[in-house]
Amino acid sequence: MNGWSALDRFLRTDPRDVGCAQAMEMLHIYAEMAAVGAPVEERYPGAAAHLRACGPCGEDFEGLLTAMRGKAH
Amino acid sequence: MREHVTAAAELGGESAEWPRALAGTGPRREEALARLHELLVRIARGEVARRSPRLQLTGPELDDLAYQAAADALVAITSKLGQFRGESRFTTWAYKFVMFEVSAKVGRHFWRHPGVRLDAEEWERLPDRFGFDPAQEAEWRDLLAALRRAVDEELTARQRRVFVAIVLNAVPLDTLVIELGTNRNAIYKTLFDARRKLRAALAANGYVGDDGGRRS
Repeated sequence: MNGWSALDRFLRTDPRDVGCAQAMEMLHIYAEMAAVGAPVEERYPGAAAHLRACGPCGEDFEGLLTAMRGKAH
Repeated sequence: MREHVTAAAELGGESAEWPRALAGTGPRREEALARLHELLVRIARGEVARRSPRLQLTGPELDDLAYQAAADALVAITSKLGQFRGESRFTTWAYKFVMFEVSAKVGRHFWRHPGVRLDAEEWERLPDRFGFDPAQEAEWRDLLAALRRAVDEELTARQRRVFVAIVLNAVPLDTLVIELGTNRNAIYKTLFDARRKLRAALAANGYVGDDGGRRS
């Protein structure tokens, strides 16, 4: 990725982005759907937009998916 | 969301049993708390290990961080037990709090780190932050000068402070949360609005197209 595309990606905002509070509130639901391959980005486009754009929430999401895979329920 | 809502009882015994045991009293509750704590410690240690390549922490510090995160996650879970509505497995809901606590502890660690500079405006770092090639400075010099002008002219004082800390000084967002005594959502919203303003300013001056592409 060159500087132009990195800057463009940083500045680009998605109006559907629900923000951290709402994304964190539903993260467990979102993660379970994602883990089974359900069309979660279509079902929750605002949360999907947020998790793509927000590094810390994206990190929490990745961590939750990893934890779910590592521990059989 | 309704179709996804699954009653805890339908999720199987364990997801229904956890809240009952934790909301109970006596030895049954104590046993459930001990079992959950053990589980949370394991998850926290795994998560800290996963993030460790990006942290400036050593083995014992990582372990301390994991134990603290697990302990605080347990407090959060027991205090919010009434909020578990069976929309996921209980353990998935519980692990979420481990992730939040690990993030908060990592943010606090960076906050204490002497190398973290919140307010210094090191604009010379900007090209590197976005990966601009120094050898091609002639191509991006005007763009970044316009970006800096937009930061000066378009952003509020708070938006500017958040932009400088996160973009120029690479301060983790969760560290800025602690420094400013606020929450992740508020910082994200401030930066979100700043990003939107900066993009509009660059587009208005012809540096990026309305579709977001480079205008050359």
